Amino acid sequence: MSVGCCCGTCGQGMSAEWVTGYLETPVGRVPRAAVRWKWRDRLGAWAVCWGIGRMRYTVPPGLYAVGTPQPESPLLVTANYKLSFDHVRRELAGFDAWVLVLDTKGVNVWCAAGKGTFGTEELVGRIARTETVRIVNRRALVVPQLGAPGVAAHEVARRTGFRVVYGPVRAADLPAFLRAGMRATPEMRRVSFTLRERLAVVPVELVSRFLPAAGLALLFAGLTGMSRGGYSFESRPALWAAAMVAANYVVGIAATPAMLPWLPGRSFAAKGLATGAALGFVLGWLSPEPWPDRVSVGLLSLAACSFLGLMFTGSTPYTSASGVRKEMAWALPVQGGLAAVGLTGWIAARFA
Amino acid sequence: MSMLYLENVVTLRLDAASCVGCGRCVEVCPHAVFTVESGKARIRERDACMECGACARNCPVGALFVKNGVGCAVGILNAKLGRTSSCCGGEQDCCCSCEPDTEKDNG
Repeated sequence: MSVGCCCGTCGQGMSAEWVTGYLETPVGRVPRAAVRWKWRDRLGAWAVCWGIGRMRYTVPPGLYAVGTPQPESPLLVTANYKLSFDHVRRELAGFDAWVLVLDTKGVNVWCAAGKGTFGTEELVGRIARTETVRIVNRRALVVPQLGAPGVAAHEVARRTGFRVVYGPVRAADLPAFLRAGMRATPEMRRVSFTLRERLAVVPVELVSRFLPAAGLALLFAGLTGMSRGGYSFESRPALWAAAMVAANYVVGIAATPAMLPWLPGRSFAAKGLATGAALGFVLGWLSPEPWPDRVSVGLLSLAACSFLGLMFTGSTPYTSASGVRKEMAWALPVQGGLAAVGLTGWIAARFA
Repeated sequence: MSMLYLENVVTLRLDAASCVGCGRCVEVCPHAVFTVESGKARIRERDACMECGACARNCPVGALFVKNGVGCAVGILNAKLGRTSSCCGGEQDCCCSCEPDTEKDNG
């Protein structure tokens, strides 16, 4: 099904399967969004969590209908990252509502709010362009709470006449929020970082660090051929070296997030050091190589896992920029030192 | 899980004298940093602040100050190296892919 789209900001070949029809309104036809996900929506949601097609995963900005909204129906705001929009429309099953999609260049609400693209200017402008005032009676906007870093509620009210009500952090709480007369419980206002949420951000990290990790694995495997008597490549030590890089890649990226609450300290570099110490110990234990090699592998694991732990700060919902800067100041030199000593020892061990 | 990051690092400041106690900061803060007591906001848990800037942006009287930024080592490193200034710029993969609102459970 191919549909014409509003606002002239359509992406490439918008054959929107999630548009189920149109609503006639005083400002023209408003597309009605489906509340159920189809397999393509599910596939897309899975793919973007692996970093596939993420920057092109958009919906056209503008006004949409869910159900059969009336002038007094609630008006909700979201971003034009399709996953954000999909969560909102799915949670609105059984409700009649208007959904105003802002142009955030395909970025989710929270990150876009941090950058200001989900912001006061875009919201005020989008309300004007969609002539939303001619469609709704209630002068209230439900803006997702995580959009608040970009939206000044009092300014929106002053410039548009719409009162801003901040909705829940999670789209899943929208039904309860709406049924309670647009009231959020304290629980709905807090972000969480459950095991499931921590693991959900791991795939994108695995994908984005795959090439450097593969490069390092090849490099270390190749270097195992060095010896006092010149270069002679053997597959067993080469495979072992590659396996150690692979172990650091997987454990450093996945285990630190998974075990986050139980790792010591608050610093992510320190938590990564703990992971690296455990991994280094296990690798040293399993290694068939002589001790200088095993100690060096331990040091390299400490450096790698600590660095990956620090890199994970970008995927958490609670690290402050000031805090990250503070730990980077000590962690990067420590990690660099460990890596330098570990690498020197590991190469020296080839010639022992 | 506890979401307290490093102690005593954040730039959050509240000017209690100009606060009108409207409660917007309580409403927008995703880490319950504030409470309103006897008509004034109070910083309840300073170390829980992630410097997102939502409170300062929404304070109608400008009683809140925070140097907002993204707590992302990749982004800060890139900015230092003179590459894209922020974490989520361009095609970079770090945060920003899976929205935090995908699941609702409290494991």
